[in-house]
This record gives sequence, structure tokens and C-alpha cells, in this order.
Amino acid sequence: MTTVVKSRGTVTIDVESCKGCELCIPACPPAVLTMSAPVNKRGYHYPELHPGCTGCAACLMVCPDYCFEVFRFQTPVEHEVPS
Amino acid sequence: MSTIPLGPVLDTAHAPGDGARVVEPKTPALLLTNHHHLCPGCGEPLAIRAIAEAIEDLGLVDTAVCALGIGCYTSFGSTVDIDLVQCLHGRAPSVATGVKRMLPDATVFTLQGDGDMVNEGLQEVLHTAARGESLTAVLVNNGVFGETGGHMTATSVLGQRTKNTIEGRDAEYHGYPILIGDLIAQLEGAAYVARGSVHNAGAVARTTKMVRRAFETQRRREGFSFVEILTMCPTGWFIPTGEGPDYLASTLGEVHIMGELKADGQIRTTEELHAENVRKAAELEAQLARGGLED
Ligand code: SF4
Ligand code: SF4
Ligand code: SF4
Repeated sequence: MTTVVKSRGTVTIDVESCKGCELCIPACPPAVLTMSAPVNKRGYHYPELHPGCTGCAACLMVCPDYCFEVFRFQTPVEHEVPS
Repeated sequence: MSTIPLGPVLDTAHAPGDGARVVEPKTPALLLTNHHHLCPGCGEPLAIRAIAEAIEDLGLVDTAVCALGIGCYTSFGSTVDIDLVQCLHGRAPSVATGVKRMLPDATVFTLQGDGDMVNEGLQEVLHTAARGESLTAVLVNNGVFGETGGHMTATSVLGQRTKNTIEGRDAEYHGYPILIGDLIAQLEGAAYVARGSVHNAGAVARTTKMVRRAFETQRRREGFSFVEILTMCPTGWFIPTGEGPDYLASTLGEVHIMGELKADGQIRTTEELHAENVRKAAELEAQLARGGLED
């Protein structure tokens, strides 16, 4: 079974600047950010984005290390996701 | 929390091409780099971002001068593109007074922590406010001396565990916290007094507006303006970074109440602030559920 998940927005993440504080994870209303298994050069886990971003910018507002930039698509992008 | 099934990890190393636009707020150009020395989960970089955003939004980049106190935030002196004077502990409001009187068209603000402002130099900020100096004082308040290891400050709340109040701050032994925003609001010379926080996205957005209103108050030469910003210090609080926001809301945030304490000549009561905070929290939740803080 698959479901279609729409992304109205997306983000860029400056992974090497991340200090792994995890403040962005609960800040994301649709909960589409999770922490990575691998670590960056400084040894910190960092957030990864899954389909479903709304472009709300909550992650950007709470990140102390200014890692995010947020974008909105003119037309939402659809992803087939196993459910 | 959502029930969206988690799909694959998407590319976040590259900006999307055509058909996408950048969402405000962009990271302010005044922040020269995102490499800074503050701890993981520290709230001070968020306060600094709010100040930089307000300065850019109001077109004050060329006139802004900062009188900088001493604390962890001081390390931003070399990575924020704002003219600044480094001050001794607690003396920033007096230095800012001198700068403002010599350069009346400059937008002068102090940036101080609670240790700097409320312990080391309390009289400086009170007299500056009482004189009604047309400048803005910004306090980043985390209730501890973060830079020197997490000791109690004058703003630590009762029951708060710090390095020298291991059993929690006890009124009988350590005295009561000073609610500096509330104190300044009572002074005739203070025209605008607000208390923000950076413990969630809505609070950050609200705080940025407060800083903007404070600078506008200064530009209109209405008197002294003051913005206190509650910030996380997971290192000084000895808690995991992820617990910082809730800890802030349930300790400092319960005593140092967020909101505009004095605006348009009106002093607001704690009850009024509480009611407004409940309403704002509900609004924020609805706004985020609709998918954005921007509109
Ligand atoms: S922009 Fe909003 S929805 Fe997208 S990742 Fe950030 S917090 Fe989540
Ligand atoms: S909030 Fe920023 S620094 Fe913290 S984990 Fe997320 S991206 Fe990394
Ligand atoms: S000690 Fe506290 S205030 Fe200082 S950088 Fe670390 S978290 Fe921030």
C-alpha cells in the first residue's frame, strides 16, 4: 500500500553547522523532520526531511545555529509513500 | 502531532529550482556566519537573530549601534555586522546613554544578560530608564550565569536548581527573584516594556515584533524602551538540549510573564498578560496547522 503525501514546501539544511540540539524536531507541526543516524564532521546528528513539509518556517525560527532556509512550491510536489 | 507516514529522506543540500520561492524570514544578512561558539540548544542566538531581523526590517542597518555587555552572547560581537562598543559588566546602559547623547540620530541599544544587567549593573539600567533616555535595552534572561558555569542570578526563580542553589532557590536563604521588566515598567521614563521568549516558533515571532516596536519607540523619541527575552541555557541548567524549551516555559516563564508590560502609556497586569498568552498560543497552533507563520 502507498499513500500520496504532498509537500507544499521544502527546506535546505546546513548539516555541517548543526549542533544536534533537536529543537527543530518537535517544532515541525507535520512532524516530517527526524534526526539522522550518521553524524556530521563535528560528531553531531542532524535533521533529515521527509515528504509533507508545509513551508511554515517553524524549524528556521527555532534553530539556534541558523541551519535552515525555507521554500514554498508554486505547485505542491507529490510523493508516493509506503503506508 | 501528525500521522503522515514517513517517506524517504529528501535532498536538503540544494535549494529547489524554479517553481519555489524563499519563505520569510530569511536569515538576516547582518549575521555574517552561522558558525558561532554558543552551546547546542542555546537560546541567545535566537534573540540575536530577532534583533538583527528587526534592524533590517526597519532599515536601521546604517544607524544601529550596540553597547554590548559581557556574557556568552558577547562572542557575537565579531560575527554580527553592527557597530558596537564593548562595555564593562553591567555598564552598557550608561555607555549607550553617552553614545545616544552624542549621536542622537543613531539607533542605540544595549545587549546584556541577566547576570550583567540585573546583578552586576542593576542601577545603570534603572537610572537610564528613569531618565527616559531615548535608547533601547535588550536583556537576554536565562536565570543563570551561563558563561561562568550556571550559578544563580537575581532573576533565578524560586525552586530553580543552579550550581549554588543545588536544592533549588530558597526565598529564606537566597531572597526573591527580581522581575526586572515589571520593575522598569513602573518608571515614568520607560515608554515601552515587553517580555518575549524564544522557546518556540510563535514566541520567536512575537519577540521579533517586540524588538521592532522598541526600536520604533526610540525612533519616535518617546523615551526608554526595554525588551527582555527569556532564553534557554541547557548547559547552565544541566538538562538535555531538547528539554530546554519546556523547562523555560515551566520555570522562568511561569514567573517572568511574557507579553507587552507597558505600551501606549498602559501598564498591563499579570492576569491580562496571562489571558493574552493563552489566546496567542491557541492562535499560533491554528496558524501552524494551516501551514505557516508568514501570512
Ligand atoms: S518548514 Fe515547517 S513543515 Fe517544513 S520542515 Fe520546517 S517546520 Fe517542518
Ligand atoms: S535546531 Fe538546528 S542545530 Fe538544532 S538539531 Fe535542528 S538543525 Fe541542528
Ligand atoms: S552556557 Fe548557556 S547561555 Fe552560555 S552559550 Fe551555553 S547554553 Fe548559551
